[in-house]
Amino acid sequence: MNKVKHNPLNIIAAHSVLIIYTVIALFPVFVIILNSFKTRKGIFRHPLAFPDSSTFSVEGYATVFKQGDYMLYFQNSLIVTVVSLFFILLFGAMAAFALSEYRFKGNTLMGLYLALGIMIPIRLGTVAILQIMVASGLINTLSALILVYTASGLPLAVFILSEFMRQVSADLKDAGRIDGLSEYKIFFVLVLPLVRPAMATVAVFNMIPIWNDLWFPLILANGESTKTLTLGSQVFIGQFVTDWNAVLSGLSMAILPVVILYIIFSKQLIRGITSGAVK
Amino acid sequence: MEKKKKRWHIAIFLAPAVLVYSALMIFPLFGTLQLSLFDKVDQQQVFVGLDNFRTLFFNERWAESFWNALKNNTWFFFINMLVQNPVGIMLAAILSSKVVRFSAFFRTAFFIPTILSFVIVGFAWKLILSPIWGIAPDLLDMVGLKSLFAPYLGLESTALTTLALISVWQFVGIPMMLIYASLLSIPDEVLEAAEIDGLTGMSAFLKIKLPLIWPSIGIISILTFVGNFNSFDLIYTTQGGLAGPNYSTDVLGSLLYRTFFGFQTQIGDINMGAALSVVMFGIILAGVSFYLFAIQSRMRRYQF
Repeated sequence: MNKVKHNPLNIIAAHSVLIIYTVIALFPVFVIILNSFKTRKGIFRHPLAFPDSSTFSVEGYATVFKQGDYMLYFQNSLIVTVVSLFFILLFGAMAAFALSEYRFKGNTLMGLYLALGIMIPIRLGTVAILQIMVASGLINTLSALILVYTASGLPLAVFILSEFMRQVSADLKDAGRIDGLSEYKIFFVLVLPLVRPAMATVAVFNMIPIWNDLWFPLILANGESTKTLTLGSQVFIGQFVTDWNAVLSGLSMAILPVVILYIIFSKQLIRGITSGAVK
Repeated sequence: MEKKKKRWHIAIFLAPAVLVYSALMIFPLFGTLQLSLFDKVDQQQVFVGLDNFRTLFFNERWAESFWNALKNNTWFFFINMLVQNPVGIMLAAILSSKVVRFSAFFRTAFFIPTILSFVIVGFAWKLILSPIWGIAPDLLDMVGLKSLFAPYLGLESTALTTLALISVWQFVGIPMMLIYASLLSIPDEVLEAAEIDGLTGMSAFLKIKLPLIWPSIGIISILTFVGNFNSFDLIYTTQGGLAGPNYSTDVLGSLLYRTFFGFQTQIGDINMGAALSVVMFGIILAGVSFYLFAIQSRMRRYQF
């Protein structure tokens, strides 16, 4: 077949748009990281210049390490995100297996009930959630955050995972049953490993919103020992509002973990979207 | 044949998810609904029917804040819808074209703002737009447009639109990614057939690809709607809890925060907060139902 010739002008135009938008997308991040390595004077006099020998400084980073409880905040964020993801995946996969594998009364209804939460933001129940957490003594604990994030992540997890579990071959499970495996073994040993890619997709969809959330940490866990990195950075900006070195360094350090996570998982994200997991 | 046993394992598989989800999502939603019908009188919760809603909609002090927040929120949503989604679609269309090199690099770059926390995004743009630090004035000066500069985030007339555009900048990655994926799923044969019929470039996009990605455009629209009508974080990190200047950037989420949690001199009012949550729930439910019943069910889907 004859290939249609592509107009070289179009190709140049397309790449120009992409490059211009790349600059727009990355410019603010670049400004923050660049200035975090400069002295106060350098930051104010030439905000867009690269640090040179007279303006290079890492005093901001030193302040962050000395003053801020950054490591604690980071640890809190990590615990909350990892534990929430673990429960979303475990509970979500178990429920998805029950819904996709067995026929029982109320199966469809249960599926609909669990799917309600896909479109309804959990924030709308915050008033009552706060009361529950106060009543149960979980206020200002990481467990409060973990419970809330697990609940909010489950609906989409169940939905995506049950779609994938329907595709697991019935012969395989029946063979397992003939070999005398219990239903639990069939789930954990045979089915779970096969839906690992779908679980990675669910993890990626949930990871960033949990890590970046400000609303629930602000309301449920704003004590010093339970601050997450997002809330901690917000408070840090307030405290060090005149110490720009420290603020810029603190923010640069907060950018790093998510970018690393994203680069590790971006392939999975694309694969998840292309496979139609969100349709 | 063996008699059917009680299949306990089904219950055990379902229990953890159903318990956590019911206890922290469904139950609080109903709890909030219930709280919205009560008021605190002498430390006692007293049933007052729809009084809180009457206060919210018509009481002078409350109504002004509520309608202001609703109006701002609607404007915020329109800007996002009309700028973020078209830009996202355009970027995805360019990225999916076969002549583009390094598309993985561009895709990653466009998605980076989406993964950053609101704290970083808010602070970065506050710095750039700050009249004191002056990156924005300097840049405008370079292209000879210095007269256009104003402290955009500090003026009542421009703050909300500026924030909406910052939100566009942050979240354009989501429509871009979803549309990109659905463009990639269009089979080559379809496009080649169109090429043979003389459709290339823009006309191929409008006549062949656009009809095929309508379902994805529907999804990004409803995601934008739900996301915008419970947004809070960006307003809080850039403008603070009072959503200044003079409440010109107040949206439903920030009003809810001040109402039920309290802020500075304002004392939190659980019942009014619950009433406001119920109104927000109604708005989001109306939007989602409209999408599901009026749009999604009529959309044509093509199977390949």
